[in-house]
Amino acid sequence: MAVQISVFIENKEGRIKKAIDTLAKADVNIRALSVGDTTKYGILRLIVSDNEKATKALEDDGFIVKESEVIVVSVPDKPNGLNTTLAILDDADINLEYIYAFVSSQPEEAIVAIKVENTEKAIEVFEANDAKILTEEELEKI
Amino acid sequence: MFWNEKAECMTKEEKEELQLKRLQETVRIAYENVEFYKKRFDEIGLKPEDIKTLEDIEKIPFTTKSDLREAYPLGLLAVPRDEIVEIHASSGTTGKPTVTGYTQNDLDVWGECIARGLKMAGAEKDYIIQNAYGYGLFTGGFGIHHGGNKMGAITIPISAGNTQRQLDTMVDFQSDILTCTPSYAMYLGESREKAGIPIEDINLKAGIHGAEMWTDEMRKRIEASLGIKTYNIYGLTEVMGPGVAQECGEQNGMHLQDDHFYPEIINSETGETLDYGEKGELVLTSLTKTGMPILRFRTKDLTSLIADKCECGRTTVRMTRITGRSDDMLKIKGVMVFPSQIEKALLKIEGISPNYLIHVTRPDILDEVEVKVEASKELFSDEIKEMEIVEKQIQASIRSETGLRVDVTLCEPETLPRSEGKAVRVIDERNL
Ligand SMILES: [Zn+2]
Repeated sequence: MAVQISVFIENKEGRIKKAIDTLAKADVNIRALSVGDTTKYGILRLIVSDNEKATKALEDDGFIVKESEVIVVSVPDKPNGLNTTLAILDDADINLEYIYAFVSSQPEEAIVAIKVENTEKAIEVFEANDAKILTEEELEKI
Repeated sequence: MFWNEKAECMTKEEKEELQLKRLQETVRIAYENVEFYKKRFDEIGLKPEDIKTLEDIEKIPFTTKSDLREAYPLGLLAVPRDEIVEIHASSGTTGKPTVTGYTQNDLDVWGECIARGLKMAGAEKDYIIQNAYGYGLFTGGFGIHHGGNKMGAITIPISAGNTQRQLDTMVDFQSDILTCTPSYAMYLGESREKAGIPIEDINLKAGIHGAEMWTDEMRKRIEASLGIKTYNIYGLTEVMGPGVAQECGEQNGMHLQDDHFYPEIINSETGETLDYGEKGELVLTSLTKTGMPILRFRTKDLTSLIADKCECGRTTVRMTRITGRSDDMLKIKGVMVFPSQIEKALLKIEGISPNYLIHVTRPDILDEVEVKVEASKELFSDEIKEMEIVEKQIQASIRSETGLRVDVTLCEPETLPRSEGKAVRVIDERNL
C-alpha cells in the first residue's frame, strides 16, 4: 500500500507544469504520475519521494492537495501480465477506479498503482493470489 | 445601552414632527442652492412651501445615480467650496464615479450614526476597533473611523488587506470589534483557522459588516470562525456612507437612523410608494445634510421596512436585509435570479467557499449560465466520479433555490476576484 497525493488542476495553460516545477524546486522526486481529466479540470495523481514536503510546497503555491491510499503492485513483465493482475480484482468483483504505471528501473517487472473501491479486500485477494504488493520500503528503492 | 436615547427612542409623533421640520428645511436648502433641484422643481411647478406634510414628499421627483454622475464631480453642492472638508466617491464600474462632498456638520452626523451602531454592537470608550474597511475614496474606512472618534473608542486604521498583519493585530492588541466587508471577515476567519491560532487567543466580541450583500449562512460561518456576534450595517456613498442603518443585538432588521434619513419603499417599476412590510426599492432623503442634501435618492436596493418598536427599545424604523439590487437582478431564460440566491445555494453545501462568479452568455438564442466556484480541500477528491457528484450537488442546490439549471465549474482556490471593497459576482455577456 502507498500514499498517493492528488492535486486539483484547473484547466488553464501551464498548471500541470507549474505543479511539477513546484515539486522540482522543493527537491521532491516523482516516482509515478497520471492525469485524470474532464473538459473542465484535471486531477494530477502522484507518488513522490516525500509526501509531506510535496504537500507543503504545493499548498504554499496555492494548490489543493489530498492524500489517498493506492495499492502498488508488481506485474510480471510478460504478455498478459497486467491482464492476469486485473483479473484477480475482476474475479473478486472489485471495481477498479484507475490505474497508472511507475517508471521502473527493473526491466523484468512493471509496477502499477491501483485505486479500487475497496482497498482492504483488494489486498486480501492479491495476497491470496500471490500477486506482489510493494511495501513502502520497497517503493523507496524504485 | 443607547448612544443617543433621545434620538433613537422617540415616539412616533415626536419623530414625525422632527422629520417634517427637517425635510422642509432640506428641501428649501436644496431648492435655493442647487441648480439641479431648482430645475427639477420648476419643471413641475413644485415649490418648497408645497411640502406641508411628510406624505407630500411623494411630489418630489426621484434622484438617480445617473443624475449624480451627470453632476460629476461637485455639481450638487449646496454650500460654497470652503465649507466642504472631505470628499468620497463610489467606484464607477460603469461611467464616472459619483462624488459626495461633506461639511463638518455632515461628518459629525456621520460619526453620530456610526457611534450609535458601535454602541449597538456593545462598544465602549475603551474598546479597540480594528477597522479593516479600505481607507480611501470608498466610504467604509473613514466612515467607521469618524464614528470611532465620535465615541472616543480606540480605532486602529489598519485598512483592508495584509491578512497576516490583521491576525497579528487581533492577537497582539486584543481588538474588541472588527469592521470590514463580510467576505473579508469570512476570509480572516478562514485564515485564523488555517494559521492555527486558537480562538481563545483573540478577543473579538463583535463584527460590523456591510458594503456588500451577505446571507445568514455567511453570518453563521463568520460568527463561528471568529467567535463573534455580527452586525449588518448599511449605507451608501451617495447618501452618506455606512451607518445609515445597522442591526442591534436582536439581529432582526437594521435600525435606520430616521431622524437623519427619511426612508420610503417604492415599486421600482411604477415608482409608487409601498407600505411597511412590502418589499421594494429603498428611496432615501437626507434630513440634516448640508454639503450635498439629497432628495428621494433611488438606492436600487431591495428591502422592506418594519415600523414596530424593536425588542431592544429603539423606535427607529428597521429595514430588512437587502435581498438584491433592482439592477443586480438577472433575467435568465425568463426567470428572475439574484446573485444572493446563488450564494445561499452554495453555502448549503459543506466545505464550499462562497467565492463564486456567475457567467451568463447567450451563444445562440438561449441563455447559458456557468457558475464558477472555488474548490476546496474538503470538496476535492482523487476520483473524477466523486468530483462529479460534488458538481451535481451544487447544481441541484442552485436549481432548488433558483429553478435554473446551470453549468458548474470548479476552479482553483483564490482565483476568483475576492473583494476588499465590493465583489464582482456577475459577468453578463449577453447583448440584451
Ligand atoms: Zn433593536
